Amino acid sequence: MTRPLRDVWADTLIELAGTNPDLLVLDGDLGTSTRADRFATAHPDRFIQMGIAEQNLVGTAVGLASLGFVPWLSSFTVFFTHRAVDQVRMSVAQTHANVKIGAAYAGLQTGFTGKTHMDVEDLAIMRAMPGMTVLAPGDATECAATIRWATETDGPVYLRLGRDGGPDLFGPDYRFEPGRVLRLREGRDVLLVSTGQQTARCVEAAALLAADGVDAGLVHVPSIKPVDAAALAEAAAAVPLVVTAEEHSVFGGLGGLVAEIVSSHAPRRVERIGIEDTWGESAPNAWLLDRHGLTPERVADRVQRTLHAE
Amino acid sequence: MSSGGTANGGAADGGPDGGAASGASGARDAEAYRDLEAISRRGRLHVIETVAHSGAGHVGGPLSAMDLLVALYFRILRIRPDEPHWPERDRFVMSKGHSAIALYTILALRGYFPVEELLTFDHAESRLQGHPDVTRLPGLDASTGSLGQGMSVALGMAMGIRRRGMDAHVWALLGDGELQEGQVWEAVPVAAKYGLGNLTAIVDRNGMQQYGWPLRPNEDHRGDRADPWAGLDVRGALEALGWRVLEIDGHDFAAILGAAADARSATGGDVPTAILARTVKGRGFSVTEGVSEWHSRVATADEVAAARRELAGDPP
Repeated sequence: MTRPLRDVWADTLIELAGTNPDLLVLDGDLGTSTRADRFATAHPDRFIQMGIAEQNLVGTAVGLASLGFVPWLSSFTVFFTHRAVDQVRMSVAQTHANVKIGAAYAGLQTGFTGKTHMDVEDLAIMRAMPGMTVLAPGDATECAATIRWATETDGPVYLRLGRDGGPDLFGPDYRFEPGRVLRLREGRDVLLVSTGQQTARCVEAAALLAADGVDAGLVHVPSIKPVDAAALAEAAAAVPLVVTAEEHSVFGGLGGLVAEIVSSHAPRRVERIGIEDTWGESAPNAWLLDRHGLTPERVADRVQRTLHAE
Repeated sequence: MSSGGTANGGAADGGPDGGAASGASGARDAEAYRDLEAISRRGRLHVIETVAHSGAGHVGGPLSAMDLLVALYFRILRIRPDEPHWPERDRFVMSKGHSAIALYTILALRGYFPVEELLTFDHAESRLQGHPDVTRLPGLDASTGSLGQGMSVALGMAMGIRRRGMDAHVWALLGDGELQEGQVWEAVPVAAKYGLGNLTAIVDRNGMQQYGWPLRPNEDHRGDRADPWAGLDVRGALEALGWRVLEIDGHDFAAILGAAADARSATGGDVPTAILARTVKGRGFSVTEGVSEWHSRVATADEVAAARRELAGDPP
């Protein structure tokens, strides 16, 4: 069982701050949820509380970055990609500021916060911004690797952090490379493409499909932007059907990304699993994943139905 | 990055005549500021000519801010135009980014780039974008244009400068209409909370904005263009949130330099300074002064000729 990505975020930053004197954490008064409070305890001189004021949080980070600091921001996804999106756009992305956005409580599993906090439009918004790196790690190992890479690399990074844990995907030899897509399973009948912690559920879905005689491949996309489009196109070209799955709207996220690539380079059917044109609600994680077709069983069923409909 | 710099040294690395404090405490005789007035006249003419040449841009706000910018860049800021990224420099954030042409004009006159380049304003691939772009033009410290954001960036700079142990000062220029942006009021108490005496916000209070409030309810025409906050106690609001407030005539160089010296002297302290500068929109050219249409109007050839007659050459 992988540790919650928010815990990994805080613990990795605590470690990195030990050797990087420029690393700072700025919190929008959600540190006990995002786990920035752990960082504050470990490095009180590097923790800056900014209050419940996300627009100023983002702008302040840009000023600090201009002095050579590496500010990591702590708040919920929705407050970066909606409340302070103009600040992220003009002050961060347009200036290529070295600001790192730790977007906590990403996806469907937001601890019963419901429609207001459940932000399933973030990938669509962030990947549309020129120069923005958009990452969605799948487990604790990958999450720590993306945080190390982002801290060492100049430029704006948006990091999608799940609130809760999930299965482990990668071993200690994992190395993050921006843009790289990871082929976790070969298969001739269908290609599953997933991102973030949905990938672990797609691993299970592929196993369920195999038991029913469907040979499903699986590609994990931790780097939504940049992305190795050629590798995705090549994987898609080898199968008759591509199915994407993500804790995100079916508009503009991973599904949109894959559809753009496939339609240009390897035209074939792309079925997108995610949140349809509807708002979220507060409910248990398992209920939400089932409601939006993201459990292993629901993904496998969607693949079967799509294959049989053809 | 080294710490230190020039303590209490006025514009030792900056202005051509060596110091805001001495200028402000000296004779308040207009003669003392004839050089600045001449630069302002030149700057205003460049703004009118450049906007006319480009066929687009703002005029009223740039002219109301011109004297403040001239004072900043020629007396107050510790800067090195030949070394725009000098780490110990003062930072300047043009938070009212739509007055970009005023800043470009002053950067050119101060030697950051050739004055002739002003004619590229708004042109394709120009370094002089409609709103300041820090990625294109050395000498800019921040990208602005969406109002309210520059204030937060300036706050972060002041915080970072403190953390680096430098004694540089951060200056942000805001419009009075810009104070309507909520982000400004997110930044104000945080700057006070962190004791950023090295941060000064100057407000260009020209009292006008693009639309203003409707003249009468249900009336279907443009508003009065007056700043709807004009009657509010902005000073009281800032003071309540922990700032020190100075109120000046934003076209009086002695007052501007005096307030700036006062703000500079607070650099090592723990209270940020706001300078509320009373100004006139379109100031300095009889055609534009106080006329709301010049928020973003373009001068005709005849109007440019009139501006040249009024503003070319030395002050009367």
